[in-house]
Amino acid sequence: MTDAIIVTEGLQRRFGALVAVADISFSVERGEIFGVLGPNGAGKSTLIRMLCGILDPSGGRGQVVGHDIEREPEAIKRRIGYMTQRFSLYEDLSVEENLRFYAGVYGLSGRKRKQRVEELLESSGLAPRRRQLAGTLSGGWKQRVALTCAIVHDPPLIFLDEPTAGVDPVSRRSFWNRIHELSARGTTVLVTTHYMDEAERCHRLAFISAGRLLDVGTPEQIVARRDLHVAELEVDDGLAAEAALTAHPAVDEVSHFGRVLRLACVGIDAEMLAAEVLEEAGVAIRSSRPGRPTVEDAFVSIAKRDNDPALAKRGAA
Amino acid sequence: MSLSRLLAIAVKELLQLRRDRLTLGMMVVLPMMQLLLFGYAIDTDVRHMQTAVFDQDRSAASRDLVQRMVATGFYDVVGHVHGYAQTRRALRSGEASVALVIPANYEAHLRAGEPNQVQLVVDGSDPQTVSSALNTASGLVASLSGEQTRVALARCGVQGPAAIELVPSTWYNPELRTSVFIVPGLVGVILTMTMVMLTSMAIARERERGTLEQLVVSPVKPVELVLGKIAPFVVLGVVQMSLILGLGHAIFYVPMRGNLGSLYLMALLFISANLALGLFFSTIAKTQQQAMQMSFFFLLPNILLSGFMFPFAAMPRPAQILGEALPLTHFLRIVRGIALKGATMADLGREVVSLAAILAVLVMLASLRFSKKLA
Repeated sequence: MTDAIIVTEGLQRRFGALVAVADISFSVERGEIFGVLGPNGAGKSTLIRMLCGILDPSGGRGQVVGHDIEREPEAIKRRIGYMTQRFSLYEDLSVEENLRFYAGVYGLSGRKRKQRVEELLESSGLAPRRRQLAGTLSGGWKQRVALTCAIVHDPPLIFLDEPTAGVDPVSRRSFWNRIHELSARGTTVLVTTHYMDEAERCHRLAFISAGRLLDVGTPEQIVARRDLHVAELEVDDGLAAEAALTAHPAVDEVSHFGRVLRLACVGIDAEMLAAEVLEEAGVAIRSSRPGRPTVEDAFVSIAKRDNDPALAKRGAA
Repeated sequence: MSLSRLLAIAVKELLQLRRDRLTLGMMVVLPMMQLLLFGYAIDTDVRHMQTAVFDQDRSAASRDLVQRMVATGFYDVVGHVHGYAQTRRALRSGEASVALVIPANYEAHLRAGEPNQVQLVVDGSDPQTVSSALNTASGLVASLSGEQTRVALARCGVQGPAAIELVPSTWYNPELRTSVFIVPGLVGVILTMTMVMLTSMAIARERERGTLEQLVVSPVKPVELVLGKIAPFVVLGVVQMSLILGLGHAIFYVPMRGNLGSLYLMALLFISANLALGLFFSTIAKTQQQAMQMSFFFLLPNILLSGFMFPFAAMPRPAQILGEALPLTHFLRIVRGIALKGATMADLGREVVSLAAILAVLVMLASLRFSKKLA
C-alpha cells in the first residue's frame, strides 16, 4: 500500500433486512480519478455516504483522508468536497453568493474568503456570470457552479455522485477536463457515473452490483480480464442475425449501431463465431471486421454473468 | 461552535429572505391587515340591539319603561308589534333580536302596588346577545322597582331604606373597548403563526432542494445551522411585534403601561419557543407544503384555547389543561399584563416560568429529533 487516501476493509451497511453494501474492500490512491460503476440501486450512494462520514457502517472499517469514518467523521467532513447530481445550489442566490456561502460554511472568512472566491470565479470561468441567480443558469453552468462550490475549501479529496446526469455533451467534456486539471494538481476524485465514455476517462474503476464489489482495476485491466472479443458486422437480415447470435452461450451482447451489428463474446474469436452461427442460420454476411472491446462491453458482461450463476464461472475464467 | 459558520448561514438566510418579496411582504402586510380587521371588526360588547316593542298597556308608565331602556344605549326600538304572532315574525326574520312585551294593566298594577311582570323575549341563537340583553334589562328593572317602592313608601309618610348602590370601577380598560384587549393578543397570535411557519418551511425547503444533504457533509454543526437559520427570523419577529404594538397604540390607543424592555425580553422567550416548535415540525415534514399545513393545523387550537378570543376561565377543564401547554396562552397573559396592567416580571412570575419550561421542552425535543434526522 503506497499512498492511499481511501481504504476500506469489509465495509458493510444494512437497512433492516436489505443489504445495501456488502463487504467492500478497496483503496484509492492520492491524486487518482477513481470511478465507481454499477446499476441503479447497486449501493454506490450508500458507499459514498459512509465514506463521507454521514452514515455509520453496519460492519467493517474505513479510513478517509487519514481518519476513521466512524470515529472521526467531523475531521473527514472538513477535508472533503461533495457534489451530487442535484447540484445542491441555492437557486435564489447568485453564483457569487453561493460561493461565498459555501466558503463561509468551510470556515473561510474576511479577506481570505474574498480572495478565494475571486480566484475560483476566475479559474472556473464563472466571473462573467457572478451576479446571475443560480436558478436561472442552464444545466451545464449549474454543474460548473456546483463543482466550484465543492472545491471552495481546496479539499484533497472530492466525491462526485453522478455529477454529469442530464448535462449536455459539451458541458460534460469541459467538466471532465476540469476533473483532470484537479487531479493533475493532486486532488483525488471519486466519481460515480452511468456514462461509459466517462468511465474510460478514469484512472481506475470499481464495478459494484447488488452491494458487492465485482472488479477493480484500470479500464484496460478490466476489459482485458474479461477476455472479450468484438466483431462489427454488416448483414442482410439484422434481426435474424441478432436472434441467432444471442442464443449462443459465448455471446455477451449483440447491439445495433446504425447498419452495423456489434457482437461481443467471451473467450472466443467473434468473427469466427459469427461466420459459423450465421451460416447455420442462413444469414449472409456482407462485411466483417474486428472491433475494440470497451469498458461498456466489460460492464455488460460482468453484470450479466453476475445475474446468471451458470455463466459466472466462464466469465471469471 | 464557529461564529463565522453561523454568520455565513444567517447572511445567506437574509439574502434569501430579501429575494423572496412575497414572503417578506406578507410578514409586514399580514400583521397590519389582521390588526385592522381584529381591531375594528371584533367587538364583543353588544350594543344597539334591535328591539321590537309589544306594548299592550299604552300608558305613560309603559312609555316611560321603553324610554328608560332606550336610554341605556343597548336597545334600539325598531318598531311596535301587535300580538305574539307579529313578535314571533319579527324575531324569526331577524328584524329584531329582542322583544319587550308589556302587559295590559301594567300601569294599573304599578299604581295598586300589585305584582307586575314585563316580558323580555331574546333571540337565543346568538348567545352573546342574550347575556347582554338580559343583564342590562334586569339591572334596569331592579332599579325601577326600588324606585317605585320608595315612592310608595314616601306616599305613606315612611322614609324608605336608601337604595344600595353598586359603584363599578373598571380598571385597566374602563371603556371596555375590545380592541384594547385584542391588539396585544394579536402580537402573540401573529408571532405564533409566522414564526412556526417560517422556520418549518425554511428547513423543509433545504431538504426539498437537496441543500440540506450538502450541509450535512460540510463541517456545519446542527446547532450552528439552527441558530444561523432562526436568527434572521427572530429579528423579523421583533419587527412584527413593534409594528403591531406601535400601530395598535396609534390607531386603537392601546396603552403601554408596563416596562417595554421586559415585554421585549419575554417576547424573545416566546419567539424562541415558536421557532423551536417550527424546527420540530420541520423534522417531521418532508416538503414545504406539509410544513405549512402543520403550521396551520397548530394555529387553530392556539386561537381557540389560548384565551385570545374566548375567556380562558369559561373553558372546560380538559381544554384548559391543553391551553396551558401552548406557549401562546402564557404569552397572552404576559403581554396583556405588561401592556394593559403595568405588571412587572415579578407579578407574572408563574407565566414566565411556565413559558420557560415549555421552551426548554421544545428545544430538547427539536434538537433531539433534528440531529438524528440529519445523520
